[in-house]
Amino acid sequence: MRVKVTAEPFDPWFEARAYQDAAGPMAGKFGALSLFVGTMRDFNAGDQVAGMVLEHYPGMTERALENIVQEAAARWPLLDALVVHRVGEIRPGDPIVLAAVWTSHRGDAFDACRQIMEALKSKAPFWKKERLQATDERWVAENTDGYLKSE
Amino acid sequence: MSIKVRYFASLKERVGRSEENVTIAEPLTAKALWRLCVPELSPPEQTLVAINLDYADWNSLVREGDEVAFFPPVTGG
Repeated sequence: MRVKVTAEPFDPWFEARAYQDAAGPMAGKFGALSLFVGTMRDFNAGDQVAGMVLEHYPGMTERALENIVQEAAARWPLLDALVVHRVGEIRPGDPIVLAAVWTSHRGDAFDACRQIMEALKSKAPFWKKERLQATDERWVAENTDGYLKSE
Repeated sequence: MSIKVRYFASLKERVGRSEENVTIAEPLTAKALWRLCVPELSPPEQTLVAINLDYADWNSLVREGDEVAFFPPVTGG
């Protein structure tokens, strides 16, 4: 299990592939990989967004991510998991977060990956400050419930 | 007794600083610590509290050497 917070742009496909290739003992054991990638949009709450800065709490953020992965591992039979989250200056189209979960069967992979993402959105200390096209900026007030349907 | 107090994101901007060290005579609650550090401002609704990198609540006790953080709802992912 691994969590990583990075100020550098990252390629989620490369990260997942490299992690899986390095996890030698897992070969032949996993039947499912569920992989979620969250990417920055160029719109939010009706406004065009030019970019944003993601702030975090070094130390607590990593600990919170580790707890979230451990809680998922206690609930589902995970073979392995990887969470990568970007901080700092971010541009529309950039990947923000990767959650990857390896299990024997798909149901556990889907459910655990979903749970990790929902817990991350509500508990991991990150804060987005958007820079709007209309030149001003604003803090995103709170995350929405991931189980609500999009409008 | 010295403790470190940190503020993040929009709360950091409202308080006007990111961190400070304060001296307290005896353990006190997070709520009392806020009143000591930011007497001019009531904590905005939904403000979260962490002590030593774990979530806590406003009635949790703060002791010598602790690091206490106040921050708004999280918006990562």
